[in-house]
Amino acid sequence: MKLARRDFLKSSAAIAAAAAVGVAIPQTLKAQAKKAEKGWKWDKAVCRFCGTGCGIMIATKNDKILAVKGDPLAPVNRGLNCIKGYFNAKIMYGADRLKKPLLRVDDNGNFSKQGKFKTVSWERAFDEMETRIKATIKELGPTGIGIFGSGQHTIMEGYAAVKLIKAGFRSNNIDPNARHCMASAVAGFIQTFGIDEPAGNYDDMEITDTVVTWGANMAEMHPILWSRITENKLSHPERTKVVNLTTYTNRTSDLADIEIVFKPNTDLAIWNYIANEIVYNQPESIDWEFVKKYTVFATGFVDIGYGMRKPDHAKFSDKEKETVRHEVAKKLSGDEGKSLAYLGYKEGDVMEMTHRAKAKNHWIIGYEDFKKALKPYDLDFVANIAKGDPDESMEDFKKKLKALADLYIEKGRKICSYWTMGFNQHTRGTWVNEQAYMVHLLLGKQSKPGNGAFSLTGQPSACGTAREVGTFAHRLPADLLVANPKHRDFSEKIWKIPAGTLNPKNGSHVMKIHRDLEDGLIKFAWITVCNPYQNSANANHWIKAARTMDNFIVCSDAYPGISAKVSDLILPSSMIYEKWGAFGNAERRTQHWIQQVTPVGDSMSDTWQFVELAKRFKLSEVWGTQKVPGIEGGLPDVMEGAKAMGYSPDDTLYDVLFANEHAKKFAWPDPVGEGRLNTEAEGDKRDVIGSDGKPFKGYGFFLQKYIWEEYREFGLGHAHDLAPFDAYHSCRGLKWPVVDGKETLWRFNSDYDVYAKKANTGPFAFYGKALKNMPQGSLSKPDMSKPKVDLSNKAKIFFRPYMEAPEIPNKEYPYWLCTGRVLEHWHSGTMTMRVPELYRAVPEALCYIHPKDAAKQGLVEGDLVWVESRRGRVKAHIETRGRNRVPRGLVYVPWFDEKVFINKLCLDATCPISKETDFKKCAIKITKA
Amino acid sequence: MKEESMATRRKVIQRMLEGAVFLGGGGLLWGNSIKTNSKSDYVLRPPGALKERSFLKACIKCGQCVEACPYDTLKLAQAGDGIANGTPYFEPRTIPCQLCPDMPCTAVCPSGALDLKNLSEEEKPADIMNSKMGLAVIHKESCLAYWGIRCEACYRACPLIGEAITLNYEINERTGKHAKLLPIVHSDVCTGCGVCEHACVVEKAAVFVLPLNKATGEVADHYIKSWDKSDEDRINENVKVADDDKDIESAIDYLNDDDLINE
Repeated sequence: MKLARRDFLKSSAAIAAAAAVGVAIPQTLKAQAKKAEKGWKWDKAVCRFCGTGCGIMIATKNDKILAVKGDPLAPVNRGLNCIKGYFNAKIMYGADRLKKPLLRVDDNGNFSKQGKFKTVSWERAFDEMETRIKATIKELGPTGIGIFGSGQHTIMEGYAAVKLIKAGFRSNNIDPNARHCMASAVAGFIQTFGIDEPAGNYDDMEITDTVVTWGANMAEMHPILWSRITENKLSHPERTKVVNLTTYTNRTSDLADIEIVFKPNTDLAIWNYIANEIVYNQPESIDWEFVKKYTVFATGFVDIGYGMRKPDHAKFSDKEKETVRHEVAKKLSGDEGKSLAYLGYKEGDVMEMTHRAKAKNHWIIGYEDFKKALKPYDLDFVANIAKGDPDESMEDFKKKLKALADLYIEKGRKICSYWTMGFNQHTRGTWVNEQAYMVHLLLGKQSKPGNGAFSLTGQPSACGTAREVGTFAHRLPADLLVANPKHRDFSEKIWKIPAGTLNPKNGSHVMKIHRDLEDGLIKFAWITVCNPYQNSANANHWIKAARTMDNFIVCSDAYPGISAKVSDLILPSSMIYEKWGAFGNAERRTQHWIQQVTPVGDSMSDTWQFVELAKRFKLSEVWGTQKVPGIEGGLPDVMEGAKAMGYSPDDTLYDVLFANEHAKKFAWPDPVGEGRLNTEAEGDKRDVIGSDGKPFKGYGFFLQKYIWEEYREFGLGHAHDLAPFDAYHSCRGLKWPVVDGKETLWRFNSDYDVYAKKANTGPFAFYGKALKNMPQGSLSKPDMSKPKVDLSNKAKIFFRPYMEAPEIPNKEYPYWLCTGRVLEHWHSGTMTMRVPELYRAVPEALCYIHPKDAAKQGLVEGDLVWVESRRGRVKAHIETRGRNRVPRGLVYVPWFDEKVFINKLCLDATCPISKETDFKKCAIKITKA
Repeated sequence: MKEESMATRRKVIQRMLEGAVFLGGGGLLWGNSIKTNSKSDYVLRPPGALKERSFLKACIKCGQCVEACPYDTLKLAQAGDGIANGTPYFEPRTIPCQLCPDMPCTAVCPSGALDLKNLSEEEKPADIMNSKMGLAVIHKESCLAYWGIRCEACYRACPLIGEAITLNYEINERTGKHAKLLPIVHSDVCTGCGVCEHACVVEKAAVFVLPLNKATGEVADHYIKSWDKSDEDRINENVKVADDDKDIESAIDYLNDDDLINE
């Protein structure tokens, strides 16, 4: 046992040492700085890491980054950072930074899936991509290709990617890693308000009286925001209350007045308990004036499955089928028998999942039905199913639940609910988001300063890029949808492409891109600014598909991670401060920065990579008739339309999408970037040999500004208004909608939001346009004989029942597995694990387990164990003390560490509405390694 | 500044001593022995070690504890390390003590230099958490958390999180809307394992472990905290009794001195 412990550490340490070598560069720079005069220059930028969006200042000299500091003028952080932000200057200079394209080749230098990586030119890299894409489109149509996108794409990168694949290649198969992180929040917003993203902003953290975190370990995952909440608590120790709802004790509990440890998935029941308490015991707390004027009640189907594939899929093992069978039918538990009794179900009934394809359908119900459905969720029932710590007394737990409900209900008490992955990564993630609004809307505590339900984004531009640009398989910029003919028409006009170019069929979301690769439906995939082979659940399947099947995987990255390792072609990407860019944070704040330094090696920005690929495709090759599975006759030939618009069949996608007349009007140099680097516009001192084998000298126009200004056209006048490009370079970000130069603090509130005021419906207007003409029905189904209801300017109060997760612990797999992050590392660790200080602080992912569970299995602190689910297993050291204290029956393993590849174990079940994976719940066993 | 000048002064004194002894003929030997003394004063010993003086007497330098350590934390001092040759020690910034609950190093010691008894309290079985290998000390000026940065890596790394290291909250007056989360070490709980020192992300750790006698003060027994009942345990029975005759003599001498008038 002990030898194993030692060996394990040694192997990790060896990697650390290798990583540490390269990061000596800032040291050298430091020495240089001392020698030379103080000639460095500070410029504003944004932190690379989380969704908080802290402003930083960067000092550069001699084309290198010397140091960073928190931006004292940034309203979010006022000069502060967390330790990830503290190391922004070090992330770009790791020794194993990718500097040249790498291709798997055989001994003769030809591409071979079994080949070894060898350095190739950019020209060769694009040759290979061109060949493979053309062959794939010929064989499978445009849906045979896909892009793994990112909530860490800059806004311009995301826009270029969407435009290339949707307008150019006519495939909607682009989906960001943000699907894994906030798709449920998106679906919750759209279904409830008809428009995406939070109503409130970070000021709420100071203004509110009550902070309730639901599945959000803010103390570690939103460090600077947590320090703002802590300040509120310190300033008003009596008035301000903090409640932490979680499935295990974490650092957010440190500050909490009440910690509620609940059983996984029972957040659904706890919300309904709060609503039950409101409706049955304290009905006077309902803000009826608000509810009647601005809301309606709604519900939807429950027999919607769990976002898994059907059990007859050939590649499932027998073990996997034990869980996957629930996708088509599930025997209801005793608790579900009670919670679903309103539909006539009882314990032991088998629920056939008949509405899998209609999961998002919903309809209007009356208040009496809403009330009736809430009936079972009294304190006794909910406490009984929700208590997550077997060592806590039922009486204590009930008292806490009651206290929680009372905080929400208390008249005049301002309250904010915050959530992150615990809520969103949930097989009923959309439901639980809707339930938060249910309670806030009932009480009229929404869209007011200090009051509201607020989804905290994980990634730096999940809002700015993934959501606002719409790098999802079903979206277009500014909340538009590919399935809506009017939206396609509008987009085609802005993009100046022929009518009918855009594919009307939703593309594949992240999990489906993986599944399509395994099913041979996608044969070309491009990974950009993400690590899908480490971050996706049930990873063994996808890795095997990537490595053993007939396909071609390209990975654009700055460092080699698991995704690069399973790819066929690796492209070296510029990092954040090596390019112009913009991110949008969780409070709708858009922040831009200027390219600070010349990129390392031959790396080039992802935008450049998209644009260069566009040069390889003539319109005639992509805009003729294209076959698409599920569309009879396929996509139409739009070449006539193209000719009528003045395009020639030999024009390339580059000419039409990126270097068109409009684009060329954005001249470079431009006063906003006077004297600054702009690799895309004018090349740089490296003279990188580009995609045509010649030195890249730049496009000659200001590509990023063109992209920004064209992107803006989508949202102007549609409550997604963004300011002109230059405006962001003279401020510390602006919260959209930005109307007449003014940002919007609280949306839907007429005192703050011009769109709400314009609606002329009094103090509020929930003016989102989506899903606002809905049928009426009973609790069980819509009644299509009744007329649809116009819900203009209204929000929906949903009833959603409690249901169990599709895989729960049993005798063989006795523990819940919950995964997540740590403060010290960012996502899959490709950047932060290369910062020696952060590596040393947290060198490996530990398996947090309750000491009694460990003792029961004869394990001691530090033992190496196998953690195993029906899908895979990994070795990890157990930790019975430390930062996370799990209740008996649950273990927690962070996912940043590729040596402890925990996503091999996770179940790829998703919320059937949002398609977001539930990384927080599956069943595992633990054995001594 | 103050520390720097102190350090310089120490160096000067050391150099003077070395020089003086060199003149006397035994220079090399003496110089080394001074270095040895200063380094060995700060050495950290494995869990359950006797007090340094007794430890040095008891340790038979067999190296079994080092062999037993599953994390390669413990090292055997070698000539030139400046620590008594062959004795076990550890440097937390390189590899800290992982506080194995099975205490393999202490348990294996054949000589009693490391003794499980030192890890047990009130007749209870030995517990690694009773270790007192040293005490972590925080240098606030180089600690990022005290700057207002959200770090606290030491706190989260601490095996006794929330006990040996806790967080104090303080409003960041400069920003007006953030709080500082300040790590504080509790000497009654801290084991001296040094996991905090290892985790610290600044260049030279802002939290570091010192041997107990170097990191702690001590109060005399003549004043007892009224607000802490257990503090009375400090009262020592053998109170010094004044020597009657002598005291009277000195009082008389004083009283008889005519110095007031003569002035």
